[in-house]
Amino acid sequence: MTHQPTDTETLSATGLSRRGFLKGAATAGAAALTLGITARGVLAAAPAVRDAAFNPFVSIGSDGTVTVIAKHFEMGQGTTTGLTTLVAEELDADWAQMKSAFAPADNSRYANSLLGAQGTGGSTAIANSYLQYRQAGAAARDMLVRAAAARWKVRPEAITIRDGILTAGKKRGTFADFVKDAAALTPPQTPALKTPDQFRLIGVDHAAARKGHTGPGRKDGTGKTDGSARFAMDVHLPGMVYAVLVRPPQFGATLTGFDDSAAKALSGFVAAHALPNKAGVAVFARSTWQAFKARDAITAQWDLSKAEGRSSADITEALRQAAARAELPVQNGPRRADITAAVSGAARKIEAEFSVPFLAHAPMEPLNCVIEPTATGVRVHDGCQFPAITLPTVAAILGLKPEQVEITTLFAGGSFGRRATPTSDYHAEAAMAFALMGGKTPVKLVWSREDDIKGGYYRSAALHSASIGLTADGSIAGWDHRIATKSILKGSPFEAVMVHNGIDETSVEGVKGSLYTLPDMAIALTDFVTPVPVLWWRSVGHTHTAFVMESLIDMVAAATGKDPVETRLALLTPAAPTPQQARMAAVVRAARDLAGWGQPVAAGKARGFASHLSFNTYVAMVVDITVDGTKVHVDHVHAAVDCGVAVNPDVIRAQIEGGVGYALSAALRGEITLDKGQVAQSNFPDYEPLRLSEMPEISVRIVASAEAPSGIGEPGVPPVAPALANALFAATGKRVTTLPFSAAGFSFV
Amino acid sequence: MSRLTLSVNGKPQTVDVDPETPLLWVLRDTLMMTGTKFGCGVAACGACTVHLDGVPARACQTPVGDVGTAAITTIEGAAASVRTDKVAAAVQSAWQDSDVVQCGYCQSGQIMAAIGLLRETPKPTDADIDAALNGNLCRCATYVRIRAAVHLAATRLEA
Repeated sequence: MTHQPTDTETLSATGLSRRGFLKGAATAGAAALTLGITARGVLAAAPAVRDAAFNPFVSIGSDGTVTVIAKHFEMGQGTTTGLTTLVAEELDADWAQMKSAFAPADNSRYANSLLGAQGTGGSTAIANSYLQYRQAGAAARDMLVRAAAARWKVRPEAITIRDGILTAGKKRGTFADFVKDAAALTPPQTPALKTPDQFRLIGVDHAAARKGHTGPGRKDGTGKTDGSARFAMDVHLPGMVYAVLVRPPQFGATLTGFDDSAAKALSGFVAAHALPNKAGVAVFARSTWQAFKARDAITAQWDLSKAEGRSSADITEALRQAAARAELPVQNGPRRADITAAVSGAARKIEAEFSVPFLAHAPMEPLNCVIEPTATGVRVHDGCQFPAITLPTVAAILGLKPEQVEITTLFAGGSFGRRATPTSDYHAEAAMAFALMGGKTPVKLVWSREDDIKGGYYRSAALHSASIGLTADGSIAGWDHRIATKSILKGSPFEAVMVHNGIDETSVEGVKGSLYTLPDMAIALTDFVTPVPVLWWRSVGHTHTAFVMESLIDMVAAATGKDPVETRLALLTPAAPTPQQARMAAVVRAARDLAGWGQPVAAGKARGFASHLSFNTYVAMVVDITVDGTKVHVDHVHAAVDCGVAVNPDVIRAQIEGGVGYALSAALRGEITLDKGQVAQSNFPDYEPLRLSEMPEISVRIVASAEAPSGIGEPGVPPVAPALANALFAATGKRVTTLPFSAAGFSFV
Repeated sequence: MSRLTLSVNGKPQTVDVDPETPLLWVLRDTLMMTGTKFGCGVAACGACTVHLDGVPARACQTPVGDVGTAAITTIEGAAASVRTDKVAAAVQSAWQDSDVVQCGYCQSGQIMAAIGLLRETPKPTDADIDAALNGNLCRCATYVRIRAAVHLAATRLEA
């Protein structure tokens, strides 16, 4: 049985249309049987096999191996597995015959329909690919079936496919048998898709199926356990020179001069040149280690007149004053005076200030990028998160046309947002370094861990101040909420899309758009100005807004003597709840039930609750802790999640686990501080991520949903810090409103 | 610069390098064996974990001149030995069957640390695992599965 997509499946919220796929099919589908697709390297892994491209996303080899061309890079979030699942589902392929390859940089075929350009971010990879990759698989299936029908002289309807085997009566065949004939056929305009009840891979929990290893397990598991998976850091090219930068001591400093005479005596030293933008000195050597040693031997002089010279305490005070100014009305601006009056006149008041520090992303693979000359231009080797920005950035710096720049995408050793900068910062550095070496020599630009921790592009420091008035019966009479933080998007190519009426949506998301019924909430924003570059950090604005909102709701519950979960449910279930409120309420109840919320808690133990919507995904968490004085151990996190159709439940579980761990790193002790403008931290010993012994047990309940798939890479992060804060309050009576918790005197064991 | 002969995964490898160079960079940039990763350069993350005579060591803080005749085993060596080395085979398959990896960049080091642990302690407790693997950071926080995979490997080795 086949069908046209339902409203659910057309992903109206995502803006993806069937035309998006067919447009792609028209450009490459017409070129079916184009061997090896168009980009060098994409299919280089199987040189002995002739691959037929069925469309931009599916290519099948003469041995029957199906290669899914992934338009999204893999930073660990599971895209290569998820996109492959979508194609394999509609193809009815055997999971073992599936593999994936990264797409070349090509906006015409591989744009992210939610971002409008080729790139990965905002937890959109599955959301924007769900129909497209299924259609790609279904189109290839249709062509294989028609080819078999012609050869077997049966009607296409008489053919079934199961686990990669085509069958019609007693006739049996494999994809390999029909790939050549099939690829020569015209792709279907409207490939029929399965109904959810026909799914054999989508929604299968590989953890449950793991014993037999029959479910869609990770496709990158082998290469990442035998040392063969290649990251950009692993690229070595003949004659390649290694480059590191002498970087400014303070953000906004510019180079005025340098002395490399001591470096010239070192073995392997090649050259040192000032960057044309005066952002540093490029140091070239014959190996990474020699480049680091040469850099240590170079002294540089800087103009600090426009540099950030403040310390963190000054910045917090400046944020405080900025928040008080309430410059930009975000919500209920015209009613602000009435609302503040209602708060002032309320029977009881909750007043709180929340402060969060700068945070570095610190992906395990230090940033790096290789650029090599080609016959027609250059090739960039990178764990490339946003080809649509990197390609034109590199082209502009090197004076090339966009079509002269190729990008080979490799596995990325983490990102958490760091690799997607609106300025394509480290690729730009690599391009400048490549040009400084004359443009004929392959150059690998490498960041050290110190460069990474000190290098900016942080999650911005932020400060919220909130005043909530409560009536005598405990309902909310008014809520005056003010935020100050640095805008990520102003001045970037994304400004036109995501800054409205002067308000950067990423500064306020999660306070604005709260699902709680809060008619009398006024929100104001003030942009904070600093030369410190800031960036999206796994879950972006929600990193601080969820901490603030979910702490405040807990404070309301405490002030009114009500249960925190019941307080949330009351605010989520007005007389006529919205569909979003209903989904969140269901997730809140699921987490409550999963954790057994309300059962007696042993002495020395406590639990806290938080829930938050981000990236169209609903998450609620219960965090269990053991407290001994100021020593805290996070024992268990119980999470319920509704991310629409769960394409790969075990990948979803893994992303919640990872999101919890990433959030805990920051909540417990993560902070980048400035001392007269200089970053005080330098490496993992003083910016120490969560370690294995600190990782809690994690239970995940995926709430069944027929809604369109939504994000999962980021939504596990936001509820963690507030749930922990609420647990600490339950345990100690102390309300922590400044992150990290270590700053409040807690240590974690 | 010095001419040194190293034993890497059972094979002699002669390199001409400054003996102060960390073993990590000799493996990666000279021998082009890239499974061993650079993460921090200060022995704080464990991404560069290799074995010297079977004992886990941080290659980023091991001057190559100090290695001498010690047998160096990298992730490539461990992976190549899965037919003959039960511990390496159990760890690698447990990692794959548990779908441990996310970005994967730290996992070479995690696996080398786990193999080292199971050679010394075939049936590790959670505390043993904490002690052996706490030096290996994972920013993706795959720790729940790392712990489960070590236990799974131990169970399979016992069987």
